[in-house]
Amino acid sequence: MFVLIVGCGRVGSAIANSMLAEGHEVSVLDEDAEAIALLERGQPQGWEERGGRFTEGTALEIEALLAAGIDQADAFVASTDGDNTNLVIAQIAQRRFNVERVVVRVLDPARARWYAEQGLQTVCPTQTAIELLEAAVRGQIRFEGVSG
Amino acid sequence: MYVVIVGAGKVGWNLARELIAKRHEITVIESDPVRFAVVEQELEHSAQYGDGSELWVLERAGIERADLVVAVTGDDEDNILISQVAREKYGVTRVVARCNNPRNLQHFELLGVKPAISATDLILRLIEHEVPKYGLVHLLDLPEERLEIIELEVAPGSDAAGRAVKELGLPDGSLVISVLRDGGGFVPTGESVVQAGDEVLLVLDVGLESSVTERFADRSSAPA
Repeated sequence: MFVLIVGCGRVGSAIANSMLAEGHEVSVLDEDAEAIALLERGQPQGWEERGGRFTEGTALEIEALLAAGIDQADAFVASTDGDNTNLVIAQIAQRRFNVERVVVRVLDPARARWYAEQGLQTVCPTQTAIELLEAAVRGQIRFEGVSG
Repeated sequence: MYVVIVGAGKVGWNLARELIAKRHEITVIESDPVRFAVVEQELEHSAQYGDGSELWVLERAGIERADLVVAVTGDDEDNILISQVAREKYGVTRVVARCNNPRNLQHFELLGVKPAISATDLILRLIEHEVPKYGLVHLLDLPEERLEIIELEVAPGSDAAGRAVKELGLPDGSLVISVLRDGGGFVPTGESVVQAGDEVLLVLDVGLESSVTERFADRSSAPA
Protein backbone atom coordinates (compact mmCIF):
# COMPACT_ATOMS: atom_id res chain seq x y z
CA MET A 1 0.00 0.00 0.00
CA PHE A 2 1.15 3.53 -0.79
CA VAL A 3 0.64 5.87 2.17
CA LEU A 4 0.89 9.66 1.88
CA ILE A 5 1.31 11.52 5.15
CA VAL A 6 0.95 15.31 5.14
CA GLY A 7 2.34 17.01 8.23
CA CYS A 8 5.47 15.53 9.75
CA GLY A 9 5.26 16.30 13.44
CA ARG A 10 5.21 13.83 16.31
CA VAL A 11 2.13 12.10 14.95
CA GLY A 12 2.93 12.10 11.25
CA SER A 13 6.53 10.99 11.69
CA ALA A 14 5.58 8.14 14.04
CA ILE A 15 2.94 6.82 11.61
CA ALA A 16 5.40 7.15 8.74
CA ASN A 17 8.07 5.09 10.51
CA SER A 18 5.60 2.39 11.54
CA MET A 19 4.14 2.08 8.05
CA LEU A 20 7.58 1.94 6.45
CA ALA A 21 8.71 -0.73 8.95
CA GLU A 22 5.64 -2.76 8.01
CA GLY A 23 6.80 -2.76 4.43
CA HIS A 24 4.51 -0.13 2.92
CA GLU A 25 5.55 2.55 0.49
CA VAL A 26 5.52 5.82 2.45
CA SER A 27 5.71 9.41 1.24
CA VAL A 28 5.80 12.37 3.63
CA LEU A 29 5.02 16.00 2.79
CA ASP A 30 5.91 18.87 5.11
CA GLU A 31 6.47 22.57 4.62
CA ASP A 32 9.63 22.40 6.72
CA ALA A 33 12.62 20.60 5.17
CA GLU A 34 14.04 20.09 8.66
CA ALA A 35 11.08 17.93 9.62
CA ILE A 36 12.86 14.96 8.11
CA ALA A 37 14.95 14.95 11.31
CA LEU A 38 11.89 13.66 13.18
CA LEU A 39 11.69 10.71 10.79
CA GLU A 40 15.33 9.86 11.48
CA ARG A 41 15.36 10.35 15.23
CA GLY A 42 16.42 7.12 16.94
CA GLN A 43 16.67 5.30 13.61
CA PRO A 44 19.85 3.49 12.52
CA GLN A 45 19.53 4.74 8.93
CA GLY A 46 18.28 7.88 7.20
CA TRP A 47 14.66 8.12 6.01
CA GLU A 48 15.43 8.05 2.33
CA GLU A 49 18.11 5.36 2.78
CA ARG A 50 15.37 3.16 4.20
CA GLY A 51 13.27 3.83 1.11
CA GLY A 52 11.00 6.56 2.44
CA ARG A 53 10.02 9.56 0.32
CA PHE A 54 10.11 13.12 1.59
CA THR A 55 8.80 16.21 -0.20
CA GLU A 56 9.10 19.76 1.04
CA GLY A 57 6.01 21.78 0.20
CA THR A 58 2.78 23.38 1.34
CA ALA A 59 -0.16 21.07 1.80
CA LEU A 60 -2.62 23.24 -0.14
CA GLU A 61 -0.40 23.36 -3.23
CA ILE A 62 -1.60 20.81 -5.75
CA GLU A 63 1.89 20.65 -7.26
CA ALA A 64 3.33 19.66 -3.87
CA LEU A 65 0.66 17.00 -3.32
CA LEU A 66 1.33 15.61 -6.80
CA ALA A 67 5.10 15.65 -6.25
CA ALA A 68 4.48 13.64 -3.08
CA GLY A 69 2.45 11.15 -5.11
CA ILE A 70 -1.15 11.83 -4.07
CA ASP A 71 -2.46 10.46 -7.37
CA GLN A 72 -1.03 7.02 -6.49
CA ALA A 73 -1.94 7.04 -2.80
CA ASP A 74 -4.05 4.23 -1.35
CA ALA A 75 -4.14 5.92 2.04
CA PHE A 76 -3.86 9.58 3.04
CA VAL A 77 -3.14 10.95 6.51
CA ALA A 78 -3.74 14.65 7.24
CA SER A 79 -1.65 15.39 10.32
CA THR A 80 -0.47 19.00 10.05
CA ASP A 81 -0.76 21.26 13.09
CA GLY A 82 -3.78 23.07 11.59
CA ASP A 83 -7.28 21.60 11.95
CA ASN A 84 -8.62 23.61 9.03
CA THR A 85 -5.69 22.69 6.80
CA ASN A 86 -6.22 19.02 7.64
CA LEU A 87 -9.94 19.18 6.93
CA VAL A 88 -9.43 20.93 3.59
CA ILE A 89 -6.63 18.67 2.32
CA ALA A 90 -8.46 15.54 3.44
CA GLN A 91 -11.44 16.59 1.35
CA ILE A 92 -9.13 17.33 -1.59
CA ALA A 93 -7.65 13.82 -1.27
CA GLN A 94 -11.10 12.30 -1.07
CA ARG A 95 -13.00 14.28 -3.69
CA ARG A 96 -10.37 15.27 -6.21
CA PHE A 97 -7.93 12.38 -6.07
CA ASN A 98 -10.38 9.68 -4.95
CA VAL A 99 -7.96 8.31 -2.36
CA GLU A 100 -9.63 5.25 -0.94
CA ARG A 101 -8.64 5.62 2.69
CA VAL A 102 -8.44 9.12 4.12
CA VAL A 103 -7.77 9.78 7.80
CA VAL A 104 -7.67 13.24 9.33
CA ARG A 105 -6.44 14.44 12.69
CA VAL A 106 -8.61 17.22 14.17
CA LEU A 107 -7.87 18.65 17.61
CA ASP A 108 -11.16 20.50 18.05
CA PRO A 109 -13.86 17.99 19.08
CA ALA A 110 -16.72 20.06 17.63
CA ARG A 111 -15.23 20.28 14.15
CA ALA A 112 -14.10 16.65 14.34
CA ARG A 113 -17.64 15.51 15.16
CA TRP A 114 -19.32 17.51 12.42
CA TYR A 115 -16.89 16.47 9.70
CA ALA A 116 -17.13 12.86 10.86
CA GLU A 117 -20.89 13.13 10.34
CA GLN A 118 -20.17 14.35 6.81
CA GLY A 119 -18.26 11.15 6.06
CA LEU A 120 -14.64 11.98 6.90
CA GLN A 121 -12.70 9.55 9.07
CA THR A 122 -11.56 11.87 11.83
CA VAL A 123 -9.38 11.18 14.83
CA CYS A 124 -9.71 13.66 17.66
CA PRO A 125 -6.87 13.34 20.21
CA THR A 126 -8.57 15.90 22.45
CA GLN A 127 -11.75 13.87 22.67
CA THR A 128 -9.77 10.70 23.30
CA ALA A 129 -7.86 12.43 26.10
CA ILE A 130 -11.08 13.75 27.65
CA GLU A 131 -12.66 10.30 27.69
CA LEU A 132 -9.60 8.56 29.11
CA LEU A 133 -9.03 11.22 31.75
CA GLU A 134 -12.67 11.19 32.82
CA ALA A 135 -12.64 7.42 33.11
CA ALA A 136 -9.42 7.55 35.12
CA VAL A 137 -10.85 10.21 37.45
CA ARG A 138 -13.95 8.09 38.04
CA GLY A 139 -11.70 5.11 38.77
CA GLN A 140 -13.28 3.14 35.91
CA ILE A 141 -9.87 2.57 34.40
CA ARG A 142 -6.38 2.66 35.75
CA PHE A 143 -3.27 2.69 33.64
CA GLU A 144 0.33 2.11 34.54
CA GLY A 145 2.63 4.66 32.96
CA VAL A 146 1.39 6.38 29.81
CA SER A 147 -1.98 5.30 28.45
CA GLY A 148 -2.14 3.74 25.03
CA MET B 1 -29.98 42.15 6.93
CA TYR B 2 -27.74 40.40 9.49
CA VAL B 3 -24.16 39.83 8.34
CA VAL B 4 -21.44 37.86 10.13
CA ILE B 5 -17.94 38.84 9.01
CA VAL B 6 -15.04 36.60 10.00
CA GLY B 7 -11.71 38.42 9.99
CA ALA B 8 -11.28 42.08 10.90
CA GLY B 9 -8.36 42.88 8.64
CA LYS B 10 -8.58 45.74 6.18
CA VAL B 11 -11.26 43.98 4.17
CA GLY B 12 -13.39 42.84 7.09
CA TRP B 13 -13.22 46.10 8.99
CA ASN B 14 -14.08 48.26 6.01
CA LEU B 15 -16.90 45.97 4.99
CA ALA B 16 -18.25 46.27 8.52
CA ARG B 17 -18.14 50.05 8.34
CA GLU B 18 -19.85 50.15 4.97
CA LEU B 19 -22.59 47.80 6.05
CA ILE B 20 -23.19 49.64 9.33
CA ALA B 21 -23.43 52.90 7.37
CA LYS B 22 -26.12 51.21 5.28
CA ARG B 23 -27.92 50.29 8.50
CA HIS B 24 -27.30 46.57 8.41
CA GLU B 25 -26.72 44.61 11.59
CA ILE B 26 -23.27 43.07 11.66
CA THR B 27 -20.90 41.08 13.83
CA VAL B 28 -17.18 40.96 13.10
CA ILE B 29 -15.14 38.11 14.57
CA GLU B 30 -11.40 38.64 15.08
CA SER B 31 -8.94 36.18 16.62
CA ASP B 32 -5.93 38.45 17.10
CA PRO B 33 -6.25 40.18 20.51
CA VAL B 34 -4.33 43.31 19.48
CA ARG B 35 -6.32 43.77 16.29
CA PHE B 36 -9.54 43.02 18.15
CA ALA B 37 -8.84 45.75 20.71
CA VAL B 38 -8.40 48.31 17.92
CA VAL B 39 -11.51 47.27 16.05
CA GLU B 40 -13.65 47.01 19.17
CA GLN B 41 -12.98 50.66 20.02
CA GLU B 42 -14.87 51.67 16.92
CA LEU B 43 -17.35 48.86 16.41
CA GLU B 44 -18.05 48.21 20.12
CA HIS B 45 -20.53 45.38 20.63
CA SER B 46 -20.48 44.52 16.92
CA ALA B 47 -16.98 43.08 17.36
CA GLN B 48 -16.42 39.68 18.97
CA TYR B 49 -13.13 38.13 19.98
CA GLY B 50 -12.46 34.54 18.99
CA ASP B 51 -11.38 32.05 16.36
CA GLY B 52 -14.10 32.18 13.74
CA SER B 53 -13.42 28.63 12.63
CA GLU B 54 -14.51 27.38 16.06
CA LEU B 55 -18.16 26.39 15.83
CA TRP B 56 -19.09 27.79 19.24
CA VAL B 57 -17.65 31.17 18.28
CA LEU B 58 -19.77 31.22 15.13
CA GLU B 59 -22.80 30.15 17.15
CA ARG B 60 -22.18 32.87 19.74
CA ALA B 61 -22.13 35.37 16.89
CA GLY B 62 -25.57 34.13 15.83
CA ILE B 63 -24.57 32.44 12.58
CA GLU B 64 -27.86 30.54 12.57
CA ARG B 65 -29.81 33.70 11.89
CA ALA B 66 -27.26 35.28 9.52
CA ASP B 67 -28.50 36.34 6.08
CA LEU B 68 -24.94 36.56 4.84
CA VAL B 69 -21.60 35.22 6.05
CA VAL B 70 -18.40 36.80 4.79
CA ALA B 71 -15.17 34.84 5.38
CA VAL B 72 -12.29 37.24 4.91
CA THR B 73 -9.45 36.02 7.08
CA GLY B 74 -5.91 35.91 5.75
CA ASP B 75 -5.91 32.10 5.60
CA ASP B 76 -7.59 30.36 2.71
CA GLU B 77 -8.09 27.09 4.59
CA ASP B 78 -9.91 29.00 7.33
CA ASN B 79 -12.09 30.81 4.79
CA ILE B 80 -12.95 27.54 3.07
CA LEU B 81 -13.84 25.83 6.33
CA ILE B 82 -15.91 28.74 7.65
CA SER B 83 -17.82 28.96 4.38
CA GLN B 84 -18.41 25.24 4.28
CA VAL B 85 -19.82 25.02 7.80
CA ALA B 86 -21.82 28.23 7.35
CA ARG B 87 -23.58 26.79 4.34
CA GLU B 88 -23.76 23.10 5.12
CA LYS B 89 -24.08 23.04 8.90
CA TYR B 90 -25.90 26.27 9.63
CA GLY B 91 -27.89 26.60 6.41
CA VAL B 92 -26.68 30.11 5.54
CA THR B 93 -27.67 30.59 1.91
CA ARG B 94 -25.43 33.53 1.08
CA VAL B 95 -21.74 33.06 1.72
CA VAL B 96 -18.94 35.14 0.31
CA ALA B 97 -15.33 34.01 0.78
CA ARG B 98 -12.06 35.72 0.19
CA CYS B 99 -9.43 33.76 -1.68
CA ASN B 100 -6.03 35.15 -0.71
CA ASN B 101 -3.97 33.03 -3.06
CA PRO B 102 -5.59 32.69 -6.50
CA ARG B 103 -3.99 29.27 -6.83
CA ASN B 104 -6.30 28.09 -4.05
CA LEU B 105 -9.41 29.06 -5.99
CA GLN B 106 -9.70 25.47 -7.26
CA HIS B 107 -10.05 24.24 -3.66
CA PHE B 108 -12.86 26.69 -2.97
CA GLU B 109 -14.64 25.45 -6.08
CA LEU B 110 -14.02 21.78 -5.30
CA LEU B 111 -15.61 22.19 -1.87
CA GLY B 112 -18.54 24.17 -3.17
CA VAL B 113 -17.50 27.52 -1.73
CA LYS B 114 -18.89 30.00 -4.22
CA PRO B 115 -18.45 32.82 -4.77
CA ALA B 116 -14.80 33.02 -3.78
CA ILE B 117 -13.19 36.31 -4.63
CA SER B 118 -9.83 37.82 -4.24
CA ALA B 119 -10.18 41.55 -3.69
CA THR B 120 -12.00 44.04 -1.56
CA ASP B 121 -13.73 45.78 -4.42
CA LEU B 122 -15.09 42.53 -5.74
CA ILE B 123 -16.56 41.68 -2.35
CA LEU B 124 -18.18 45.06 -2.19
CA ARG B 125 -19.70 44.58 -5.62
CA LEU B 126 -21.15 41.25 -4.60
CA ILE B 127 -22.67 42.72 -1.49
CA GLU B 128 -24.16 45.49 -3.55
CA HIS B 129 -25.65 42.80 -5.70
CA GLU B 130 -27.09 41.06 -2.65
CA VAL B 131 -28.46 44.26 -1.21
CA PRO B 132 -30.55 46.08 -3.78
CA LYS B 133 -31.33 48.81 -1.21
CA TYR B 134 -27.77 49.95 -1.61
CA GLY B 135 -29.11 51.66 -4.72
CA LEU B 136 -26.90 49.97 -7.27
CA VAL B 137 -27.30 46.58 -8.87
CA HIS B 138 -24.92 44.98 -11.34
CA LEU B 139 -27.21 43.49 -13.93
CA LEU B 140 -24.56 42.26 -16.30
CA ASP B 141 -20.78 42.24 -16.40
CA LEU B 142 -19.02 41.68 -19.70
CA PRO B 143 -15.39 41.54 -18.61
CA GLU B 144 -14.04 40.62 -22.03
CA GLU B 145 -15.86 43.47 -23.68
CA ARG B 146 -14.99 45.68 -20.69
CA LEU B 147 -18.61 46.76 -20.35
CA GLU B 148 -21.14 46.53 -17.57
CA ILE B 149 -24.83 47.23 -17.23
CA ILE B 150 -25.97 48.62 -13.92
CA GLU B 151 -29.23 49.68 -12.36
CA LEU B 152 -29.35 52.78 -10.17
CA GLU B 153 -32.06 54.39 -8.14
CA VAL B 154 -32.39 58.15 -8.61
CA ALA B 155 -32.22 59.57 -5.10
CA PRO B 156 -34.19 62.65 -4.10
CA GLY B 157 -31.70 65.50 -3.78
CA SER B 158 -29.33 63.96 -6.33
CA ASP B 159 -27.83 65.87 -9.25
CA ALA B 160 -29.80 63.74 -11.66
CA ALA B 161 -33.30 64.20 -10.17
CA GLY B 162 -35.36 66.52 -12.35
CA ARG B 163 -32.80 66.76 -15.16
CA ALA B 164 -33.07 65.78 -18.80
CA VAL B 165 -30.86 62.87 -19.82
CA LYS B 166 -28.65 65.08 -22.02
CA GLU B 167 -28.04 67.36 -19.02
CA LEU B 168 -27.04 64.61 -16.62
CA GLY B 169 -23.34 65.30 -17.13
CA LEU B 170 -22.49 61.64 -17.50
CA PRO B 171 -18.94 60.81 -18.53
CA ASP B 172 -18.12 59.60 -22.05
CA GLY B 173 -18.43 55.84 -22.14
CA SER B 174 -21.74 55.74 -20.29
CA LEU B 175 -25.27 55.71 -21.67
CA VAL B 176 -28.74 55.64 -20.13
CA ILE B 177 -30.51 52.80 -21.90
CA SER B 178 -33.75 52.57 -19.96
CA VAL B 179 -35.81 54.35 -17.31
CA LEU B 180 -38.16 52.35 -15.08
CA ARG B 181 -41.02 54.28 -13.49
CA ASP B 182 -44.36 53.31 -11.93
CA GLY B 183 -44.07 49.67 -12.92
CA GLY B 184 -43.27 50.48 -16.55
CA GLY B 185 -40.19 51.36 -18.51
CA PHE B 186 -39.09 53.32 -21.54
CA VAL B 187 -36.01 54.02 -23.58
CA PRO B 188 -35.28 57.69 -23.03
CA THR B 189 -34.23 60.33 -25.53
CA GLY B 190 -31.89 63.15 -24.62
CA GLU B 191 -34.95 65.24 -23.72
CA SER B 192 -36.48 62.73 -21.28
CA VAL B 193 -36.49 64.01 -17.72
CA VAL B 194 -35.28 61.69 -14.94
CA GLN B 195 -37.24 61.89 -11.69
CA ALA B 196 -36.42 61.01 -8.11
CA GLY B 197 -37.49 57.42 -7.47
CA ASP B 198 -36.86 56.28 -11.05
CA GLU B 199 -34.69 53.22 -11.65
CA VAL B 200 -32.21 53.93 -14.40
CA LEU B 201 -30.34 51.32 -16.41
CA LEU B 202 -26.97 52.32 -17.79
CA VAL B 203 -24.33 50.68 -19.90
CA LEU B 204 -20.80 51.72 -18.92
CA ASP B 205 -17.19 51.18 -19.70
CA VAL B 206 -15.52 49.38 -16.80
CA GLY B 207 -14.17 51.86 -14.26
CA LEU B 208 -16.79 54.56 -14.64
CA GLU B 209 -19.07 53.23 -11.95
CA SER B 210 -18.20 55.63 -9.15
CA SER B 211 -18.29 58.74 -11.33
CA VAL B 212 -21.71 57.72 -12.66
CA THR B 213 -23.14 56.61 -9.32
CA GLU B 214 -22.41 59.94 -7.63
CA ARG B 215 -24.70 61.76 -10.07
CA PHE B 216 -27.64 59.69 -8.84
CA ALA B 217 -26.89 59.71 -5.10
CA ASP B 218 -28.30 62.17 -2.57
CA ARG B 219 -25.61 64.84 -2.27
CA SER B 220 -26.56 65.78 1.28
CA SER B 221 -25.86 62.26 2.59
CA ALA B 222 -22.93 61.45 0.34
CA PRO B 223 -19.85 60.20 2.18
CA ALA B 224 -17.06 62.74 2.38
